[in-house]
Amino acid sequence: MSGKQSRTEQILEQYGYDQSNLIAILQEIQAEYKYLSEESLTTVAEKLGIGTAKVYSVATFYENFSLEAKGKHIIKVCAGTACHVRKSGPIYDAIHDYLGLSGKKKTSADGMFTLETVACLGACGLAPVMTVDGEVHSKMTPEAALTLLEDMRKKEAAQ
Amino acid sequence: MNRVRQSKLTRDSFHVFQANARNALKQSEQVPSVLICAGTGCIAGGALKIYDNIRAECESRGLQVYVGLKHDTDEEKSLHVKMSGCHGFCEMGPLVHIEPMGVMYIHVQPEDCHEILEKTVLGGEIIDRLVYHLDGVAYPRQEDIPFYKKQHRVVLENCGSSDAEDIEEYIAKGGYAGFEKALFEMTDEEICKTILDSGLRGRGGGGFPAGRKWDGARRQKAEKKYVVCNGDEGDPGAFMDRSIMEGNPHSVLEGMMIAGLAVGSDEGYIYVRAEYPLAVSRLKAAIAKAEQYGLLGDHIMGTDFSFHIHVNMGAGAFVCGEGSALTASIEGNRGMPRVKPPRTIEHGLWAEPTVLNNVETFANVPLIVRNGVEWYHSIGTKTSPGTKAFALTGNVVNTGLIEVPMGTTIREVVFDIGGGIRNGKQFKAVQIGGPSGGATTASREHLDLPLDFDSLKSIGAMIGSGGLVVMDEDTCMVETARFFMEFTQKESCGKCVPCREGTKRMLEILDRIIANQGTLEDLDLLEELADTISSTALCGLGQSACKPVQSTLKYFRDEYLRHVVDHHCPICNKEKPHPTIEAEKCKGCGKCRKNCPMEAISGAVKRPHTIDPEKCINCGACVTICPFGAITASKEG
Repeated sequence: MSGKQSRTEQILEQYGYDQSNLIAILQEIQAEYKYLSEESLTTVAEKLGIGTAKVYSVATFYENFSLEAKGKHIIKVCAGTACHVRKSGPIYDAIHDYLGLSGKKKTSADGMFTLETVACLGACGLAPVMTVDGEVHSKMTPEAALTLLEDMRKKEAAQ
Repeated sequence: MNRVRQSKLTRDSFHVFQANARNALKQSEQVPSVLICAGTGCIAGGALKIYDNIRAECESRGLQVYVGLKHDTDEEKSLHVKMSGCHGFCEMGPLVHIEPMGVMYIHVQPEDCHEILEKTVLGGEIIDRLVYHLDGVAYPRQEDIPFYKKQHRVVLENCGSSDAEDIEEYIAKGGYAGFEKALFEMTDEEICKTILDSGLRGRGGGGFPAGRKWDGARRQKAEKKYVVCNGDEGDPGAFMDRSIMEGNPHSVLEGMMIAGLAVGSDEGYIYVRAEYPLAVSRLKAAIAKAEQYGLLGDHIMGTDFSFHIHVNMGAGAFVCGEGSALTASIEGNRGMPRVKPPRTIEHGLWAEPTVLNNVETFANVPLIVRNGVEWYHSIGTKTSPGTKAFALTGNVVNTGLIEVPMGTTIREVVFDIGGGIRNGKQFKAVQIGGPSGGATTASREHLDLPLDFDSLKSIGAMIGSGGLVVMDEDTCMVETARFFMEFTQKESCGKCVPCREGTKRMLEILDRIIANQGTLEDLDLLEELADTISSTALCGLGQSACKPVQSTLKYFRDEYLRHVVDHHCPICNKEKPHPTIEAEKCKGCGKCRKNCPMEAISGAVKRPHTIDPEKCINCGACVTICPFGAITASKEG
C-alpha cells in the first residue's frame, strides 16, 4: 500500500500541487491504477488543500473516471450515431450476454473484462467499432466480437 | 539543414529557412514517395504495419528512405516513405498514395507492400486489384475518384499529402507565413478587420462571426487574455476536428498564434477529447517542434511577442464542448456552463477575456491571412464564405471526411461524393449537426438545400460541428430521435432544471412511443416540452437538445403516427418475429381470434388457428389469453 501512496504523491508533485491540474492529476492516477480509490481521492484533496467533496465532485462528473476497480481488459463499444445506425446495439448486447452481465454490473465475474460504451471514437467511417484496451476494431459484428473475446480468454488461459 | 541543431528563427532566418524548405520540397517531388494514411481509421486497419513493411522492403533493396524533405539530389536510389494525416476516404482504408504518379490504393494489406514497391513504385505499373472501382470503371488516380472530384480541399489540403509531424514541410507549403505577415506587417486592429472582412464564421456550430469575437476580446482592457481552442468534438458522428488536429496540427497552432496577436494574448489552451489520444500526441509534438524553432515561446522571431500553448485533455463530458463549461474544465472544475452574460470574451478562462474558437475555425485563419480576404470570398456563399469539412457517415456508400465549399447541396454530398445509399436502399434522411441538429428529408426542396449556416437554420437544422449522418429506409426516425434524446439526457450536466428534468421526461415519452404504447397526446406533450426546454435551458446544448425531436415531429410525423395510432412500426417491429400458434396444442376455441385487436387471427371452430404476420402488431394479447399455452411469443422479452 505504501508504494501505491507514493505514486499518487509523485503525480501530485509532478503537477506542482496545483489545483487547476486536478483533472490531469486524476487522469494520471487512473492511468496508473485503472480506477480512483477512495484513498487516492483523499490524498489528492489533502495535498492540494481542497475539500474531498470538491475532488469527489470532479471525479464523479466526468464519464472517464471510475471509482470502482475495473477488469483486466476494457472493452468499449461505440454508441455514436454512425455506429448506432450501422447496428452497434446488437454487438453490445451480445458481449453483455456473453460476459453474463446484468444491471449495473459492468465487469465479468472473473474480473477479466469490463464492458463500457463510448459516445464516439471518431472512427465513424469504420462503423461499427469497438475498442479492446484502446485498440480499435472496425466493422464489427456480434459474432466477430465474441470470437475476439474468446480468443483473448484462450490466450489468458494459456498463460 | 534539418539535421543541424535548430537555432531560434529570426524573421530573416525564417525567410532563408522557408526558401530552403521550398527548394527541398521541389526536389522531393522528383523522388517517388509513398504516403501511408495514418489517421485513426487507417491505423485501426493496420496502417502502421504497412508503413513498417514498406520501409523493410526499401531496406532490403538498399533504397535510401527519407524522413522529412530531401536536401541533396545525389542519391539516385531514394524514396520517401511518409505517414500522412487522414486522406478522408476512410471507408476504403487503409489507403496508400504514391507520388508523383498520383496513384491511390485502397484496402491495402501488409502483404501487398512487396508488390506495391516492386511494380508500382519502381516499375510504374498499376496494380488493378488495389485500385478503386466504381460501376466497372477503375480510378487509379486519386483526383479522378468521384469521392474527391466534387470536393474542394482547403483546410484539409495538407492532411493526406503531408507528413503531419514535419514542420519543414508545413513551412515549405506556406505554413507560418500568415503568422509572420501578421506579426510584422499588421496591427492587432488590422488582423481583426481582416478576419471580420473575410466573413469567417465559427465552425463549431453557432456560426458566429469570428472577427467580431476577436475584436470584442481585443477591446477588453486586461493584463492577461487567453486564446482557447475547442477540440472537444463531442457530437457523435463527427470527426473533422480530430482529422485536422491529427493531420495538420501546425495549422491549428498558427491560427491560435494569429489570434494571440490580434487580441493581445500570450497564452493559449487546446482542449481535446480524451477519446483522441493520437490528436493529443500530434499536437504536443507540433508544439515542441514550433518551440524548438522559436516560432512559439518567448520573444518570437526576436520581437516582444510571446505565446505559449498548452494541451488539456477532456475526461468524457459532452457538455464541455460548450464554451463556459470548457473553460471551467480547464480550470479543474466540473464542466458546467454558467449564465451568460458576461460573455467569454469578457469573462472567460480564469475570469479573463478569452477568445474561444473551434479547431476548424483556427485552421482557416492562416489561410485567410496568407491568401487574403478576396480569395476567401471566392469560395462558398455570400453569407457563409469558405469551405466546411463534414464527416459523412451512416448508410452511405462512401463514408469519410470531406471538405466542400459552403453552399454545396445535400444532394451533391450524399449522391455525388457519398455515392448514394448502400445496398441499393432508398435514401430517407440526413441528420445534420448531431444531437443539436435536425433531420432533413428526401424531398427535392431539402435535397437541393445549400449547406450553409443560414439555409439550414431556416429548416430547423444546423451545421453544428459538421456531422452528416445519412439514413436509409430501414431507419426509424422516431428511434433516431430517441437515440439523440438518450444521448443528451445522459450528457445533461444537471445544472438547470429544464434540461435535467425535461430531457428525462421526453425520453420517457419517446420510450413509450417506441414501445407502441404512446398516444396522440404524447406528441403534443413532446412539442410542449421541446418548446419549453429550448426557450429556458441555460446553455446552447440544452436549448438545442430538442432539435432532433422537433425536426422529426415536423418532417416525419407519419412515423410517429405509426407508433401511436397503428401501434406498429414496419421498421422497428420488423425484426421481431410474430407469435406463432402450435397446431398440436390449439383446440380451436377462438379466444385469441376474438381478442385480437387487428383481426389477424383466423381459423374455423375446433380447428387450429393461424396468425397473419402481415396484420399482427405483436401486442401479445393472444399469448396471454390462450388457455392452452399454444401461442408463444417468438422472442422472450
